Amino acid sequence: MKELIQKAASLLETNVVQVVIGYGKGSADRTRAIFSTTAADCEQLIFDSRCIQNLAVYLTKAEIKKMGKPAIVAPLPVLRSILQLAAENQITDDSLVVLGVSPESELIEFESLAAIETYLATKQIAIEEKYQTTIKAIKAMPVSERFAYWVKELEPCFKCYACRAACPLCYCTRCTVENNQPQWISVASHSLGNLEWHIMRAMHLAGRCTDCEACYNACPMGIPIYLLTKSMLQDVSENFGTYGPSLHRDNTLSSFNPDDKESFIR
Amino acid sequence: MQTENHLIRKPSLEKLFNYLIGNGKTIYAPKAKGKLVFFDNVTDFGEVTEDYIVTTNSAKSVVFPRTEKVFSYKKSKESTEIIDAADNTYPDVVLWGSRPCDAAAFIPLNNTFNEDYPDIIFNKRSQKVLVLSFSCSYSDDYCFCTSVNGGPGNTTGSDILFTRLSTGDYLAEVITEKGKLLVTENNSLFEPKPEESKEQNLALIKAYFNQEEIQTKLQNLFENPVWDEKSRACLGCGSCAYVCPVCSCFDIQDEAHGHKGTRLRCWDSCGFGLFTLHTSGHNPRETQGARWRQRILHKFLYMPNKTKVAGCVGCGRCSRSCPADINILDTVTSL
Repeated sequence: MKELIQKAASLLETNVVQVVIGYGKGSADRTRAIFSTTAADCEQLIFDSRCIQNLAVYLTKAEIKKMGKPAIVAPLPVLRSILQLAAENQITDDSLVVLGVSPESELIEFESLAAIETYLATKQIAIEEKYQTTIKAIKAMPVSERFAYWVKELEPCFKCYACRAACPLCYCTRCTVENNQPQWISVASHSLGNLEWHIMRAMHLAGRCTDCEACYNACPMGIPIYLLTKSMLQDVSENFGTYGPSLHRDNTLSSFNPDDKESFIR
Repeated sequence: MQTENHLIRKPSLEKLFNYLIGNGKTIYAPKAKGKLVFFDNVTDFGEVTEDYIVTTNSAKSVVFPRTEKVFSYKKSKESTEIIDAADNTYPDVVLWGSRPCDAAAFIPLNNTFNEDYPDIIFNKRSQKVLVLSFSCSYSDDYCFCTSVNGGPGNTTGSDILFTRLSTGDYLAEVITEKGKLLVTENNSLFEPKPEESKEQNLALIKAYFNQEEIQTKLQNLFENPVWDEKSRACLGCGSCAYVCPVCSCFDIQDEAHGHKGTRLRCWDSCGFGLFTLHTSGHNPRETQGARWRQRILHKFLYMPNKTKVAGCVGCGRCSRSCPADINILDTVTSL
């Protein structure tokens, strides 16, 4: 931790970066994102198992971009999001400094985004068995039962869009749900509107989601939306053979391959 | 009316619940789902949990559902027929297990929906809600009802307030005629008032600030760095507004299917960028800081200026649910 604080402070003192995005003490026993702009501020930085918010979400926020070049405290899920954001041309080697944090809570300095990719190659995303079992069970349901399952699970959704807001990859300045001419997705949070919203979100994240669970952690109603994105991650892996972010690959659902096995595409 | 006090024994509470169910009432009560507790439609007393500080969602949806039909229409060559939703019969709802902060929230909600135009749907729904609240015997770091003229045993907005006594039985304070009617119908369940005092059974909730002082301070704080500082981590979602028992902004939506359709009002939030976006592309509240300021000023300055009642009951739901840990108490006490 001391190393991280020292590194962050020196980056600010030498004006390499103008803000350090990290974790600090929050309400009660929580932690929260803090934005240090002076070396003294960096003393507030902490890192422990409670630091689960995905800070990569702030890299594309207008209010934070205005603060200048950032350094970001990046445990594994944040590193994956950074790599995906880079693959989508949202960040470059010059636009940030990544202060990696290993699972053992040690500081890892990265020379480049490519170095992050090399590091992540040894830390493949793995969907826990309990989730695999649940997904398998849901997929085995007859269509009508599966439909009823999702209608019920999504019923508490009141469309606060915390899932979208907390996701580092939902960085569009205007989301599909905010288009009203035409209105693609129903604004109301009735069962149709909720289904449309969650299906649309899952589809937009297919092949992009890095399984950080920020959407689920943000959901005030505790809806298991991670089942949709995890399932999508599996499907993409099975059908396209890609898994997790990479700088050398196009996005699964927004790229064309002349050798595609589906004949309709040619 | 003059408050009437009674004793009700624990097993009698269940009988009272079953009486209400037997009379066809729709009961919303705290129900556990995983680690969270929600106000939900409950038909079996066994489903009701007592282990909660406040529920995750507020009780406002009994009078202000997240999606409310205003009217439906049918168009033909000759005319357009409007079917007013307010002509519908709304259900008889019992809110069981609301906290004093939940009940108090019906006052500012009612003020908003009756400010210049009496909202027919809201009023029809409100008339059919019976509020049976339970005092708080414990609290957490997010609670601050005592700073906004409330309290763990506050009776405002409730029809009956139950307070758990050391014996496990309850003091029942009957506050309104609606509450009195329920007692009359179930006379055998209510006994003469207990000896034990109510106060010793209530949670101790620190008064962090004084609502009137904050109101005065806010008059000159429109331009202040505090708004950007305290909202820097804000993600711009609407969870604070949607779990809030007082927030009442809505958006009107028409869902058309050919020549017929429905007009709906759906919850909306000042935390969303789209909330104030003009057709021109200009947004008078362009940053999350400006949106956070609006939320605080509306609750602690504009609403009390207009109606004498603040737009915050100190339940702390917004802070508990915030995915970025933006804490309303933290902002207000730093002013």
